[in-house]
Amino acid sequence: MEYIVIIISAVFVNNIVLAQFLGLCPFVGVSSKVKTATGMSGAVLFVMFIATVITWLIQNYILLPFKIEYMQTIAFILVISSLVQMVEIILKKISPSLFQALGVFLPLITTNCAILGVTLLTVQNDFKLLEAVFFAIGHAGGFALALIIFAGIREHLDLINLPKGMRGVPAALVVAGILSLAFMGFAGLV
Amino acid sequence: MNKWKIFSKGFIKENPVFVLLLGLCPTLGVTTSAINGLGMGLATTFVLVMSNIVVSLVKSVIPNKVRIPSFIVIIASFVTIVDLVMKAYVPALHSQLGLFIPLIVVNCLVMGRAEAFASKNSLGDSILDGLGMGLGFAFALTLLGAVREILGSLSIFGIQFAEADGMLVFVLAPGAFLGLAYLIALMRKITDK
Repeated sequence: MEYIVIIISAVFVNNIVLAQFLGLCPFVGVSSKVKTATGMSGAVLFVMFIATVITWLIQNYILLPFKIEYMQTIAFILVISSLVQMVEIILKKISPSLFQALGVFLPLITTNCAILGVTLLTVQNDFKLLEAVFFAIGHAGGFALALIIFAGIREHLDLINLPKGMRGVPAALVVAGILSLAFMGFAGLV
Repeated sequence: MNKWKIFSKGFIKENPVFVLLLGLCPTLGVTTSAINGLGMGLATTFVLVMSNIVVSLVKSVIPNKVRIPSFIVIIASFVTIVDLVMKAYVPALHSQLGLFIPLIVVNCLVMGRAEAFASKNSLGDSILDGLGMGLGFAFALTLLGAVREILGSLSIFGIQFAEADGMLVFVLAPGAFLGLAYLIALMRKITDK
């Protein structure tokens, strides 16, 4: 039961993009087509899951026993950036079709603050390993939901005749604001 | 390009937030008040200037292939310094900004300037560029923070100027998106002559 609560809270109530403002670069950058948005979401889910497990192990078996928690930021970002490279190489070898689908998005993920943000939040919340896994999957799901809805709306937004200053990013941000209002309706659900 | 141009381009012409759209996460996440925006902006400016200095100094000894990981380590070291210093001297602001201080590491603005400017230019120019871009970022965050604070809680820099309820939505998440959208549109209107 508590795992379901963690997932619902991460996807709807504390949506990572629309309520916590993490991962906005890909949210604005790769959301012009639903297809690319789906690919990016897949890549984020994949890396967020692995990154959370590995940083959880590092935090609990290396940083805490040696009392060097202040190295957290440096250690985590190094793990994430090398992990992304490794995932890229491994995927290329064992599953070329998956690599084709996710390939171009993987390098972009290193600078996606959603990944580092979720790993740091996991540590702050003192989760057990299994809770951390559900937390990561829930947040990746929330990212995917927001990104794909947003991309769907943006595809239609291109067809509308807007005032010159509002075209492109400002109009997209207004849409994001309205989506964020809609997601506020979930507050109090958990 | 003369020195003044390198410094001043970050404010309007190449403003990191309004024009380049870099570092959107902290821009939207911490600007619930003008003070928070300013604090975040200055913290980022410090990291930006220091990492530009170091990157500019070591650019000739770092092999091209490992330059990105090296930059990340340099930036992460300065972020850790900022994080610990702020925790010690301004604990209230530190807890307000919370997660977004360690996340300066993945701010595309810092990485972008290291890669695009500091790794190709002299020390003096890199300092000016970091300072200009950082202060432009701080300017944008303070502006957005002030707009949200005025509309949302009827105060500015923490000083209440009217006894009434503000539009709460501007302090909450949607207000960040809407505020930034209209500020960008306004900026385009002003610069588009």
